[in-house]
Amino acid sequence: MVRGTRLPISVPAKRNKQALKLTRWIGLGLFGSWVLIALFGPLLAPYPMGAFVSDTIYGGASAAHWLGTDYMGRDMLSRILTGARYTVGLAVAAALLSSLVGAGFGMLAVLLPRWLEECVRRVFDTLISIPSKMMALVMVSAFGTSIPLLIVAAVLSYAPGAFRIAHSLATNLATLEYVQVAKTRGEGRFYIAAFEIMPNMIQSILTDMGMRFVFIVLLLSGMSFLGLGVQPPAADLGSLVRENIGGLSQGALAVIAPALAIGTLTIGANLLIDSLSKSRDTQKE
Amino acid sequence: MRNAMPKLVLGRLSSSLVTLFLVSLVIFTITSLLPGDTAQQILGQFATPEQVAALRAELGLDQPPLVRYWQWLSGFATGDLGMSASNATSVAQLMNDRLPNSLLLAAITTAISVPIALTMGLVAAMRRGGKVDRALNVVTLSMVAVPEFLVATLAVLIFAVHLGWLPALSYVSTVDSLGDFVRIYAMPVLTLCCVLIAQMARMTRAALIDQLDSAYIEMARLKGVPPVRRVLRHALPNAVGPIANAVALSLSYLLGGVIIVETIFNYPGIASLMVDAVSNRDLALVQACAMLFCGAYLILVMVADLCAILSNPRLRNR
Repeated sequence: MVRGTRLPISVPAKRNKQALKLTRWIGLGLFGSWVLIALFGPLLAPYPMGAFVSDTIYGGASAAHWLGTDYMGRDMLSRILTGARYTVGLAVAAALLSSLVGAGFGMLAVLLPRWLEECVRRVFDTLISIPSKMMALVMVSAFGTSIPLLIVAAVLSYAPGAFRIAHSLATNLATLEYVQVAKTRGEGRFYIAAFEIMPNMIQSILTDMGMRFVFIVLLLSGMSFLGLGVQPPAADLGSLVRENIGGLSQGALAVIAPALAIGTLTIGANLLIDSLSKSRDTQKE
Repeated sequence: MRNAMPKLVLGRLSSSLVTLFLVSLVIFTITSLLPGDTAQQILGQFATPEQVAALRAELGLDQPPLVRYWQWLSGFATGDLGMSASNATSVAQLMNDRLPNSLLLAAITTAISVPIALTMGLVAAMRRGGKVDRALNVVTLSMVAVPEFLVATLAVLIFAVHLGWLPALSYVSTVDSLGDFVRIYAMPVLTLCCVLIAQMARMTRAALIDQLDSAYIEMARLKGVPPVRRVLRHALPNAVGPIANAVALSLSYLLGGVIIVETIFNYPGIASLMVDAVSNRDLALVQACAMLFCGAYLILVMVADLCAILSNPRLRNR
């Protein structure tokens, strides 16, 4: 809407900003600490991940085992500190690839001949119509599960969304004069995509990548929870929930701790992304 | 002018059908790229090559892929979806047994979550920027990102372990009374509702606020129309389409959510059937279930689009 056509709406802007700051710090704190754990967790772990260190199974919190012990008497804290690396690492890799593939095609599609652009769009439209868990389940049923396969399944599910967003942004940008000028100058497709269009949409793409990261964490830990994701002896946070699910009826810490771990990771990331994208909106105004 | 609408609706329907066809192609391709094949899978590794070849012929696996694809696709029309490799029953029979359970679960969840979510979205939009809105924003934003199994484990912990009101795992065996019914469905429905309500409330709020930002509401405000009336009488009727769109889109979340929820609570629905089929690599069953889920998803997205088309006079009369 054009400036000045609307009267100021009575939103308590100052208080809103404070709340925004608070959610940002909460988000940053939660998400940041999980990133640190993913990087350094295995170094901090008091015991090796697979070591049987206790005779009690589903033990509660104690001085020796802060988060109790699992269904085989292994230290839960060590397993979570090590498992976080799989959860965060896999999701970061898959989110990066999804955005790279999606946004790359989104930008290039604008510059391709009409019929080819239509084909690319059709392919991504078909992929987006397959719910992500369905895609992952179908692929695992056909090929068996492995870490590369899980990443491919996540990229196939989430690149189309990134494509849609990048494509619609790029379509708008491509009509702008400076892109037309670059075209008349005789620049190649890749140059225009990388140096004319990309810098103007990178922020939106990064925000979108953050959202994709959250979805992918949920997808992959969901697959592990079903026993179709990361396979033992390796374990991500979803697998940790699954293997200790037997302790649920006694309220074992071993099943709640990893579930909470995933929750705090995704909630933190979500709050952070939301506050960042909102503060960008207010900056624009 | 008004004749444009059926055309628009028909166009949307046919594009959904084309997409469904392409989706079937993707699913069939992925499941047919399998290096080992189904016959080998059924007979196990000690089968003689002759046995495998015989079974391949029996199952039609020796035919070229395009022929098999055509047979598979036409199977949906005739209801012949092949045999399940791990259950020695027909796929159609298995799905028939499980589908009503899943539909019931989805129906209960929808019936509970839609009114709550709409109220929350409405209240948040009316109190935009206020304490309630900000609190709901943080809560729903967090809930959207919570994995189902966290909600489920916390629910079990609170209601089954600490309070002892409900059994930890639900089996649909015999439902004799309302009490049984609640004991079986309470926790699966609660788990599904959490994420669903959060998502739907956010989208409802966004749809309403979109209306509240428009010029005619500004006008009503300047005329001195009180806030509640402004939202309920002025904005809401115009937001019905976008809200219906939001509800249909949110409901598509159920398709992913039930997979986890049915598994964690041992609920005998179609999603847990599919998870078992994936574990057993029972491809005929996986294909059929995947098509069912993708079909349901496409229908929901299509309904959402149709709601948006039908409720928008500008689109309607274009």
